[in-house]
Amino acid sequence: MSSSERAAALPQWTRATSTWRDALLVTWAVARRDRFALAGLVIYGVLLVVALAAPVVAPYNPQDLNYRPDGEVAADEVPSLPHWLGTTNLGRDIFSQVLFGARAALVVGFVAAFGVVVLGTLVGLFAGYYSGWVDTLLMRLADVAFGIPFLPMAIVLVAFLGPSIWNTVLVMILLLWRDTGRVIRAQVLSLRTRSYVEAARVLGASHLRTMFVHIAPNVLPLSFLYGSLAVGWAILTEATISFLGFGDPNVISWGFMLQDAYNSQAMARHAFYWFVPPGLCIMLAVMAGFFIGRGYEELLFPRLRRR
Amino acid sequence: MNHLLEVTDLRKEYPLQSGLLGAVMGSRRVVHAVNGVSFVLDEGGSLGLAGESGCGKTTTAKLILKLLHPTAGSIRFAGRDVAGLDGSDLLSYRRQAQFIFQNPYEALNPRFTILRSLLEPLIIHEIGRSIAERVERVAGALDRVHLNPPETFFLKYPHQLSGGQLQRVVIARALLVDPVLLVADEPVSMLDVSIRAGVLNLMRDLSRERKLTTLYISHDLALIRYMCSVTAVMYLGTICEIGPTEEVIEHPRHPYTQALVSAVPDPDPTRPRRPVEIADTVPTPFQLPAGCPFADRCPQVMEVCRHLRPLLLPVDGGVRVACHLYPGSTPRAAEGDGAKLEPN
Amino acid sequence: MSLLEIDTLAVQYHTLHGAVQAVRGVTLSIERGRAVGLVGESGCGKTTLARALIGVLPRNAAIAGGRVRFDGADLLQLSGDALNDYRWRRIAMIPQAAMDSLDPVYRVGDQLVETMRLRGGLTSPQARERAERLFALVGLAPGRLRLYPHELSGGMKQRVVIAMALALEPQLVIADEPVTALDVIVQHQVLRTLRELQETLQLSLLLITHDISVVADLCDDVVVMYAGRIVEAGSVREVFAAPHHPYTMGLRNAFPSLRARSARLVPIEGYPPDLASPPAGCAFAPRCPFAIERCWHDDPALLPTTGGRLAACHRAAEADALRTQAPQAFARLEATGPQSVRSGAPPAGGTL
Repeated sequence: MSSSERAAALPQWTRATSTWRDALLVTWAVARRDRFALAGLVIYGVLLVVALAAPVVAPYNPQDLNYRPDGEVAADEVPSLPHWLGTTNLGRDIFSQVLFGARAALVVGFVAAFGVVVLGTLVGLFAGYYSGWVDTLLMRLADVAFGIPFLPMAIVLVAFLGPSIWNTVLVMILLLWRDTGRVIRAQVLSLRTRSYVEAARVLGASHLRTMFVHIAPNVLPLSFLYGSLAVGWAILTEATISFLGFGDPNVISWGFMLQDAYNSQAMARHAFYWFVPPGLCIMLAVMAGFFIGRGYEELLFPRLRRR
Repeated sequence: MNHLLEVTDLRKEYPLQSGLLGAVMGSRRVVHAVNGVSFVLDEGGSLGLAGESGCGKTTTAKLILKLLHPTAGSIRFAGRDVAGLDGSDLLSYRRQAQFIFQNPYEALNPRFTILRSLLEPLIIHEIGRSIAERVERVAGALDRVHLNPPETFFLKYPHQLSGGQLQRVVIARALLVDPVLLVADEPVSMLDVSIRAGVLNLMRDLSRERKLTTLYISHDLALIRYMCSVTAVMYLGTICEIGPTEEVIEHPRHPYTQALVSAVPDPDPTRPRRPVEIADTVPTPFQLPAGCPFADRCPQVMEVCRHLRPLLLPVDGGVRVACHLYPGSTPRAAEGDGAKLEPN
Repeated sequence: MSLLEIDTLAVQYHTLHGAVQAVRGVTLSIERGRAVGLVGESGCGKTTLARALIGVLPRNAAIAGGRVRFDGADLLQLSGDALNDYRWRRIAMIPQAAMDSLDPVYRVGDQLVETMRLRGGLTSPQARERAERLFALVGLAPGRLRLYPHELSGGMKQRVVIAMALALEPQLVIADEPVTALDVIVQHQVLRTLRELQETLQLSLLLITHDISVVADLCDDVVVMYAGRIVEAGSVREVFAAPHHPYTMGLRNAFPSLRARSARLVPIEGYPPDLASPPAGCAFAPRCPFAIERCWHDDPALLPTTGGRLAACHRAAEADALRTQAPQAFARLEATGPQSVRSGAPPAGGTL
């Protein structure tokens, strides 16, 4: 190949040198080989579409009170054509609330998971790479985080910082990075002695370059595994916090809906149309996270795979 | 002749985690991985460090490449102390000294394409003005290690190549920065017999072409005989014999070298065997004998060997031996322990 | 009659990428009291062959054809207790990295005694007595019986493993890379011991190794495998003095010798074929400087050449002439580079 031909082929080669792109390819590979992981991805896909399209698709504003033609508040309506899933005790449209609830779930789940992955991976990289006192300090912090009872602490912090959805996310990041950090550290410890990491040092790569260019892409799949599990945990935790009444009162989430239903004795009135849909949604979203996590796990640790 | 590399009384100790009992007893056990190694390597020369697993040869290599920090002793490269290098001085040392790894399957980042792996040294050292120029250089490097046509390897991942091809890529990567010193740690031990010769010939040709100074580390004396003009035999962290390769292998002086040479199996079944009469117990590097490290296994052990460590001193034929059988090695009262004299 | 007769044995691995034909029709016999060395590169099928003989193939591997007769009995037809009887009492195996298979929580002597009691039906006192004799046999002091594996060096552990293999007085010992993890001097000593025992006990030994020098040093006969097939077999002296197969000829100049100053080494260019889709012709043809038109589509059978030797090469009759050209011919192949080799296309005009 002449140098002019090489120049022409250059964009194609350099594109393929991007290493972070691999992560997406890995996700695709996971989905292709594991039906559960595929199901998880599909659930997230639907969730994303619903969340984005909620204002367009939802027949009503979820916060608006609805009235009957006679001017009465349309409270406690059973499912009907205008209100597919009925209305709440205050006359709000349940179907619209479920659709809008996807937004909260998605924001909480993904922002929290992203934060957990970033923080956990950074902690793990620094602790594992530098070892010594950096490692000791970061891992003792992780021990402290492990010692904190998760849910009570989350509730206390949210109550202290004020009930907003962003505080919920922050609290979850601060409490959930520990698992990711620990696991990434262990992985980095074993990668650090691999020849290709030593090769990077011999070639003159700085510590940061070695960490982020040479080690990080190799722990990223593991970070993703913990990220996908964190999505499930975050959605579940947000639902719990909201259900217990510490959530953001201005945001419609599935947990908030459950609390609403519980407080107005929907269960006693057998208003299944009210509490079953948000419950089901929480379950599906959490399950999807774990399904994807499982797919990653099988890809990362092939021995788990059934023969 | 200029000394490119001067290693003087190099030591590397690792503290041994002795557990609760050790902490209570207050004992600090230490592994002496490298225990006073001295040698010089001339510009353009080739030295083979021979020895069995655990003798400290790989640790010595990693100390020279500043992947580890020595406990004591010094390494001087072109007159400068390697331990004190940092910043741009360290970067320039990294450009001059390169390493070929034992396991080619692990020496390339599994998530990098071959092109990406080979661009890395050029990015780090800012060689080449444009990406196009860098890709040209990578293609040239692959061509030099006989991976042709180079473009077919650009987008391959390490797991798609065979061991022999991978080791060629590793060699190409090392040569991209135009080093003057090349250290190779068991470069072919993971490769199949039929392709070893190709990699060895390649390294020999390239280092002659570019007048590289080379340090080969191997347990295989035959490989060292093929690749190196000077051979040093290591045992438990020290050099027990060093000299011109032909002398060391044809007329081994140290009893350990003698045992090592006669233990190597020969592909010619008609050649008579010389028996090896030494014990197969190997002392561990944290229970070093007070005298000669080889005393426990030596068939010619004498009383003096048990408590006095022999010095590495010249005998005939340009060889230096650390053994009391050769009178020069018995240290006179004034001298301390360790091989202080500069070899060759 | 030979002790072990393998007849066109084939073994396949079932992988994600389809069936891999690891052993492709191996015919081989081992006489009583002979030490046979089986050499080949990694992936040539030598370990698979050994495991197939004693029925311990991995789960995704299966015997795809052929027969194995041991002392007249068809081993592949046996199962359960009958197979176990052969597997432990008449054929013993020293697997790769066997010394790591010693249980760290039991004394090595107890492990040895336990093997003899369970598999050989000996009483405890009998087994203890024999354990001491076995230890003496492999060159270990009887006091070592009371030690735990971590208290022994690698060489001593390997001796324990050999003692264990000999415990039930087998007729055939299969040793798969028995000294790979050991240092050169210790390797030499362990191999010497193995050879001496083989001679004094009149055992048959099948030594599997990638190191051709070990075979030259230790064995009576040599069997060379390449890409799942035997390419050459014969007595060690004859094969090493005058190989009949180009692969064996190539190996002779491919690695340095310690005893003689080597001229330039000559590699065998190229790589072994992918056994998921083995070539139609001779598997070595792409790397062979002597390949002719016929080699590319007609796989040569393992046939007798001169002096009771076997070779699988269409040009075996010309072996003496080829051998003298071999160093230059392989060197030419190195110079022309692996391109022509990798493409896998038959070179124009037969010989290069």
